[in-house]
Parts: sequence; structure tokens; C-alpha cells
Amino acid sequence: MKHRTFFWFFLPTGLAMLLFIAMPIVSVVTQSLFTPHEAVLVTVETCTPFSCAQETTIDQEATAALREQSPMGRFVGFDIYTDRGHLAFSEVAQAWHSSDSFGEFLKQLNNLPFYRAMGFTIVFVFVVTPLVIVMGLLIALAVNTVNARLKGIVIFFSLLPFVITPLIGALVLFWMIDSRGIIGTALQWMAGDPSLSLKASTGLMWISLMIYGVWHAAPFAFVIFYAGLQTLPMDQIEAAQIDGASRLQRLRYVIIPHLMPLVTFVALIQLMDNFRVFEPIVGFNASAHATSLSWAIFNDLGGETRQLSSAAATSVITILGVALLLSPVLVRTWRDYKGKV
Amino acid sequence: MSSRANKMPIALRIVASLFVVTWVLMAAFPFVWTFWGSFKVELDFFSIADWTNALTGPRTQETYGSAFTGAGYHGAWVEEEFMRNVINTFIVCFFVVCTSLTFGTLGGYALSRSGYQYTFWLLIAALIFRAMPPITLVAGYMLPFFEWNLWGILPTTIIVLVAINQPFTLWMLHSFFQNIPKELDESAKVDGCTQFQAFRHVIIPVMWPGVITTGLFSFLLAYNDFAVTSMLLSEGNRTMVPQIAAFLGTTYTEGNIMFAVAAVVSATAPLFVLVMVFQRQIVSGLTAGAVKG
Repeated sequence: MKHRTFFWFFLPTGLAMLLFIAMPIVSVVTQSLFTPHEAVLVTVETCTPFSCAQETTIDQEATAALREQSPMGRFVGFDIYTDRGHLAFSEVAQAWHSSDSFGEFLKQLNNLPFYRAMGFTIVFVFVVTPLVIVMGLLIALAVNTVNARLKGIVIFFSLLPFVITPLIGALVLFWMIDSRGIIGTALQWMAGDPSLSLKASTGLMWISLMIYGVWHAAPFAFVIFYAGLQTLPMDQIEAAQIDGASRLQRLRYVIIPHLMPLVTFVALIQLMDNFRVFEPIVGFNASAHATSLSWAIFNDLGGETRQLSSAAATSVITILGVALLLSPVLVRTWRDYKGKV
Repeated sequence: MSSRANKMPIALRIVASLFVVTWVLMAAFPFVWTFWGSFKVELDFFSIADWTNALTGPRTQETYGSAFTGAGYHGAWVEEEFMRNVINTFIVCFFVVCTSLTFGTLGGYALSRSGYQYTFWLLIAALIFRAMPPITLVAGYMLPFFEWNLWGILPTTIIVLVAINQPFTLWMLHSFFQNIPKELDESAKVDGCTQFQAFRHVIIPVMWPGVITTGLFSFLLAYNDFAVTSMLLSEGNRTMVPQIAAFLGTTYTEGNIMFAVAAVVSATAPLFVLVMVFQRQIVSGLTAGAVKG
């Protein structure tokens, strides 16, 4: 295809991505270097016959004029990145020096909002992703053995947690694990503790959020692995069987290697999707126990005071995190591509 | 599947069947439960006294004279005018799907037919864009949209969702077009068609299966989005999902949580129908991406 033709075909999609993805990234980076103007203060001395009093007031007009003139705010460089709400260098250094053990240091780190969000995000990503793969594989192997006529129904119900709006899925589960909901009541009965509430405990809340994560994404892994199982090399399996391989060995040495490219694919998609974990925290109303990077941005942007600069700084750090997470894949793709050319 | 290699011992077969049944219950039960509970009053759905109240609904019986009540739905649809949000959602979804498919087919087709190195880089850029959480971009939209008075209206949200959708759409359609033999449009070009004419008369008639599948996923993205719609739409223009989140903000205090339950069930219904009708396309779409990857 000629360059010219390619250009015209690609123009609409390219323009959309340039204007609404690439430009906003630039905008976010710039925004994160500026902070809103402080109000302009004027000091007026009013003298009465007996005394003079100095009064400081906000010059509304001048403030408005300043904001009008440069809506971005004033340039502060990397100050926002290093403040208490983000990387908090001075607080981290202080925590490092004042704490006796590493555990103590982590505890202090957990009081800083950014590290709290970062901590949960990373734990969520690296707990949920493997569990999704294992769960998806188990469901796929099990479904592969059931009656062919039932498969359609099983796949239909399996798809529901996957296509459901994440916020709605989280709410539906949340209402069930509420201490007055069915699962909450069941847990109280099993634990023999009528005051047990998932909402009150950080640990239980984390577990609930991760169960939601697995529940939501396992169908995706299942469908992909199930498709992979339909293309199993039968001759290899039979050969392994003749050589005396047990069922487990066949799974370990023939079936799983056959599915390996699909595992990589699911892992890649799940890393990207779990890193943006956000809706379940809103749906579970869990921000007292767990916050994520996306939630922190959302929280800054919402509410009365839209803290654009703070949100922008967190966004930039999140984007860098995604890039870091994705870098092995990008390097590999690049090598493959180089090999092909 | 009748091969001897797959003959299983009875015990294993039973374990596998039990596992499948457990999974189906896990997947489906929350929806059934919420659907059933949406016809009860709050004191039954969230019962302190006895969990079976949610099944039988004694309080609902007391208040409304029947074990089922549409009070939650009445509250959401009539009192809170949920209808407006439903209409907004479908406007947004319709335009997002149409626009992203138009942009995506043109772009994906071009990527699949051009052999130059820049197509590789464009696809990699799209992959990176796909990996970024959409909420990270929202901070970048806010200030310009406020400045130019674009904030809060549906068209802005639609075009933003289209753009966020593009990377995924491009990847998916690119792989679909690669499966359509190049010889088709090349022979049309030999017969004197321009590239666009070849696309118009030869490719468009055969591309619909791939386009429909991609469209389903675009629809799901637009329908399910919470981060972008809740930040970029003003109160009067909200779509369903941010409105449900807003219900929670107000209803926890007012004790009208059943509005939110009814709204959630209403918003789930279209997805339910979608899976029922397009199950095969959704499965094939998921696996098409995997086979390429």
C-alpha cells in the first residue's frame, strides 16, 4: 500500500488517538508540574484617630486576573511529585531513620497515601493474575469433560461475570457479603461470631476485593484455555499414554506446554487490567481499607476541589508503572520483530 | 473426544462435574439472588433477623400485601428518572460503536495491507495506549475541556470513549483483516480499482463477522465504563453506571438502597440479552485475540 493511501486510511483513527490519548498525556505531564495560584493578598492599613490596624485581605480581582492569565497555575517543577501526597521523599527518609525494623518501616510507609495505593495495587496484580490463570485452567479442564450438550449453558453462565459492568458486579457481590446479606450471614454463622463484618477488617476486605477480581476475570481465562484445549495434539497425548505417562504427567508435560502461549497472553492482558483496579474499591466502599493508584486519581479529580495537579502527578507515575510492567513484553516483541525482518 | 486417551475414571469425572456445577453457581447465583431481592423491601433483602426473609419477604408482605413489590423499580425509574440515564447510555453506546468501527475498519485495514516498518510501531503504540488506565488521561482532559466549554456534554464523552477504544479495535480488526486473503483486493486493483474502491467493493462485503465481533466489545467498553463517564459528564447528562454510583452516595443515608438494587438489575438486563444472542461471537472474539498474541 502506498504511503499516501495508508495516510488517508489511517487518518481518522490516528487523529483520534493523537488528540485524545497522546495529547492528554502531554497535558497530564505539564499539568503535574504546575500548581494552582495562591490567592493574591493585599495588606491595607486603616487608621482611626487612635490607632492604625493592618488588615490582610484576598484581592479577588487580582487573583481572578492571575488565574485568567495563566490557567495552568504557577510552575513548581517536581515539587508535587515529592510532596506528602505522592512520593513523599522526606517522610520516607524520616520513616527509614526512625524505624527499628523493616516491618516497622513498611507500617509507616503504609500511612502515606501514595504508598498505600501502590501497595494494594501491586499485591492485587500479583495475587489475582496467577489465581485467574489457575482458576481459568481448572474450569476449562473440568468443562472439557462434561456432556457436550451442557457446554453451551455452562459457557453462557460463565460469561456473565466477565461481561458485567465492573461497578455493578462489585455491587452485586458487595450486597451479598454485607453483614446482613446472605454470604455475610453465612460467614458469621460459620465463624460463630455474630458481629463479624467484612467491612470492618482490612484483611478480609483485601481478600474480598481479590475474590471479586478472580470472579470477574476467570471466565476470560477459561474461554481462552477452553478454545486451546479444542486444538490439543491427540497423537502426542496418546503417545505419552503408551509411554506410560499418568493423567497428571500428561497434563504437566503435554497439555500445559501446548497452552503456554495462551497463558502468556492471558497473563499480559490480566497484568494490564488488574493494574487499573478501581471499580471494586468504589463498589465495595472499601477506600478506608484499600486504595489503588486509579482510585487515588479518581479521588483527586472528584469532589468539590478538583485537584488536577495532584491527580496529574499520580497519573504520570501510574503511566510509568504500566510502562515498567509492560517492558519485558515490549522487548520481546521487538526482538521477535527484528528476527523476522 | 471419544479417543481412549480421554476415558476418565469415574471418581475424576464426578469431581470435575461437581467443580463445574460449583463454578456455574458462583457465576450465576449473585445475579439470581439480586434479581429476586430487587422485588423485596430493604429490610428483607438486608435482613438482620433471618436470611430466609430475603426469599419469602415477610416485611414486603406486611408493607405491600404481597411477597413481591416493584417499589424499588418505581423509585428508580419514576422518582429518580432513571430513564434519562438509560437513554443517555444508549446514545453514547450507539455513537461510540458506529464511530469506532468506522475509524477502526479503515485503520485496521490499512495496517494489515501495508508492509512498511511504521505499521509495527503504530501497533506497538496502540498496545501501550491500550495498557494505560483510562483514568490517567482524565486529568489531562479536564482543564482543556473546561476552558473550551466542552465538559459535561455527551458528544465529548463519545469522542473520548471512541479514542480510548481505538487501540483495542485496531488490534482486533487488524488481525481479522490479515485473515482475509490479500489476493482478493489485489486482483481488484489489477482490474483497475483504486485501493479505496477495492476496500469498498471487495473487502466490505466479507468483513462483517469480524466487524460485528469487534463492535460487541466496543459496546461493552462504552456500556461498562465508569471512570471516564463519571468524570466527564455533568449531573444532567449522566449515563447509567455513574448514576448508580450516585444513587449509592445519596441512598445510603436515605435508606432507599433498593433504588440502586433495582437500577443495577435494570442495567444488567441488556448485558444478559447480549450474551444470550451473541455468545458465539463473544467467544470467537476473545479467542481470536489470543491466537494472534
